[in-house]
Amino acid sequence: MSDILLSLNGLTKAYPGVVANSDVSFEIHEGEIHALLGENGAGKSTLVKTIYGLVKPDKGEMTLRGQPYQPGEPRQARASGIAMVFQHFSLFDALNVAENIALGMENPPPMGELEDRIREVSEEYGLPLDPRRIVGDLSAGERQRVEIIRCLLQNPSLLIMDEPTSVLTPQEVNILFETLRKLSSEGTAILYISHKLEEIRALCQAATVLRLGKVVSKCDPRTTSAREMAEIMVGASLHVPTRAATPKGDVVLELKGLSAPAPHRFGTALQNIHISVKAGEVLGIGGVAGNGQDELLAALSGEMKSAHGMVRLGGEDISLMGPNERRSVGVCAAPEERNGHAAAPDMSLTENALLTGAVRKGLVSRGLLDWPATRTFAEEIIKAFDVRTPGPGNAARSLSGGNLQKFVIGREIMQKPKVLVINQPTWGVDASAAASIRQAILDLAAEGAAVVCISQDLDELREISDRFAALNDGRLTAPRDMQGLTIDEIGLMLGGAHDMEVAHVDA
Amino acid sequence: MLTLEKRPQPSKNWTYAAPLLAVVITMIVGGFVFAALGKDPLVAIRTIFYDPLFGEFASYSRPQLLLKAGPLILIAIGLSFGFRAGIWNIGAEGQYIIGALAGAAVGLAYFPDGSRIVVFPLMILAGVAGGMIWAWIPAFLRNRFKTNEILVSLMLVYVAESIQASMALNLLRNPDGHGFPGSRNLSQIPASANLEIFANTGIHWGVFTALVAVVVSYGVLMRHRFGFDVRLAGQSPRAAIFAGVNPKRLVMTCMLISGALAGAAGMFEVSGPAGRVSIDFNVGYGFTAIIVAFLGRLHPVGILFAGILMALTYIGGELAQLSLSLPGAAIQLFQGMLLFFLLAVDVMTNFRIRFGSKE
Repeated sequence: MSDILLSLNGLTKAYPGVVANSDVSFEIHEGEIHALLGENGAGKSTLVKTIYGLVKPDKGEMTLRGQPYQPGEPRQARASGIAMVFQHFSLFDALNVAENIALGMENPPPMGELEDRIREVSEEYGLPLDPRRIVGDLSAGERQRVEIIRCLLQNPSLLIMDEPTSVLTPQEVNILFETLRKLSSEGTAILYISHKLEEIRALCQAATVLRLGKVVSKCDPRTTSAREMAEIMVGASLHVPTRAATPKGDVVLELKGLSAPAPHRFGTALQNIHISVKAGEVLGIGGVAGNGQDELLAALSGEMKSAHGMVRLGGEDISLMGPNERRSVGVCAAPEERNGHAAAPDMSLTENALLTGAVRKGLVSRGLLDWPATRTFAEEIIKAFDVRTPGPGNAARSLSGGNLQKFVIGREIMQKPKVLVINQPTWGVDASAAASIRQAILDLAAEGAAVVCISQDLDELREISDRFAALNDGRLTAPRDMQGLTIDEIGLMLGGAHDMEVAHVDA
Repeated sequence: MLTLEKRPQPSKNWTYAAPLLAVVITMIVGGFVFAALGKDPLVAIRTIFYDPLFGEFASYSRPQLLLKAGPLILIAIGLSFGFRAGIWNIGAEGQYIIGALAGAAVGLAYFPDGSRIVVFPLMILAGVAGGMIWAWIPAFLRNRFKTNEILVSLMLVYVAESIQASMALNLLRNPDGHGFPGSRNLSQIPASANLEIFANTGIHWGVFTALVAVVVSYGVLMRHRFGFDVRLAGQSPRAAIFAGVNPKRLVMTCMLISGALAGAAGMFEVSGPAGRVSIDFNVGYGFTAIIVAFLGRLHPVGILFAGILMALTYIGGELAQLSLSLPGAAIQLFQGMLLFFLLAVDVMTNFRIRFGSKE
């Protein structure tokens, strides 16, 4: 094996009440693609933040090419050749690609020169990108390229990538992998964080698994099965959601030519969407973020009203109903953004239970709130969905993302809706929690609810959907039966009108 | 170096401690200001905060306290709903004036006949209606044309002041007043006077209404769907829409509530302590109430205490002007400092300070 690039020795970092990293040691070799695995809260982000100079460890040391390495801040990390692509992009919608990249540089060269460099690097690594385009118009995959090119311009020796494929189509994932392999062959090491074990098996040469802040295993992902890795990660055998083959009932939810203008400047207009979902059926809607997912959810939840006759429940027109009227007739929704949309972060879980539960659970009579009943409802959700929190009086923002997601999904499912619409049910949720959320969705469908599940995670949609449709620039493809649909076909449906340039890479 | 670290939950202790700490800091800094003006800071602070309650003339100034606190509390309670929801009605002073004018106009229209049972309730209704109309304007413009309610409501204060001057000089002028500006004295007309309910306590009908408003708004905020919607909309506007709150209706409701209470406060004032419509019977209660609302954490009980505290600074300030010849502006400065320090100390509710370098 080649030389060791970065070595971590006994890194420990404790926060009040929780040890994020405990005695973590491993090595990353030059040019290696190294996977960092672990559930949410296993300490992955603390660890990469330590490497990137955002967090100072309590104990332990790092060496970079044999020299002691103690970055005080990200600037020093970048100067030492370590770059990072974050899960959430930090880009300004209203600026163009080159301007965004210049903002992240210490000493940006003149704009013309920078644009040439961007074109050069993007061609070399098969990441086509026009430096003059406005970021607000780019797809998620293209935005990620902006972040990657921003890193590559520094010629890093180690590139850290946090969940890079969660927003990409399968074709875009392939392009990214080609790029990463080329980088690796040129000697750039990559620390790759992901939940998607099959991807890690396809890409990575080494893997370190964290659980509760400790290294529990180092394995070669090329020879370890995905299931084995998942079980190491969780520390228990993994529950795979099961689906009872339920007979499908009558059509419950119907969209007839749903069209709506974009609600804001960088939103997407919905164009002539037709679907019909039967009782007991799960319709999976795939698509890359920003293709109308938020708008579709808003049109179904009632936050965005549509023209007469476009949205129907059991034949009845509900297009002009607001969110609470729709809840009263049985349509519940769980939006993607937990903080500030599905839940109010500064309010307690009890208050958040009231947020959507007021109508169906009868928590308000003549305008007066029934706090004891609301608290009981919150406690029921916490219990049924294994939400880890000291109690319903705690603020929503004190919960981890996965726990809050369980609460939000549980809140809707426990209202026993006739139609449930969910956007990204398991975004940022760890493997075991994701499995239990998916199981709950399937159970709800088995009881006769019609479910529309919008997600960017194709594995998830393959696991729970009866039929699949792809959302693309505000249009929806005709739904097809999930069974027998190959990943290539799905990719083509997702790609649709989305003119994804398939780049060629000189490896 | 200092760093601010966000707390996982807002600190309960700091929520209560912040207003108290703000008062203490204001006293200390205010003391320095008084010292710079050549007065003994301890004497000045005692004159403002202690003497009105327990000093030589306390029997006179204690009723004054409730008299002044009443309108402040009433207006602040109305403002607190909008402020919680992120709707900034800065023009309560204008709504107060229009409410007073409308109430006074009804009272004068019945002069000299009219029984109190009919006239006084009608005056209250007119005052409420006047305040609501003045608050409706910025709400309507915001909903319809996306104007900024801060600017519109504030500018309407100056319009209201002009109307007030015109009324005092023309329409509502006392015909028996030998040409002097100002209306008849409503507080001396039995049908329209806002009398003390209990003699020599300062508790007139406006103070009584303010206390009722405290209790009712507490109930609404804690137990009613509307109070929940208001809090939700202020914290997470998008979640509020998801919860079925209609943002435009919320803007309208909150503005009308604050207008109604400000208008009522104006009416109680003009028919009681002020007595009559003059060019400048308004004394800035509408603006001071903004400080009261925030000092009281937008919480009804907090507002009750904050209103009394603010009234204390008014009365104590007057005492200090008389006995120490402190300039009136120094007292206003003092009140301003109170809000300033409160907002500064407020940071502690959601953040904790860490000494030493960032990790």
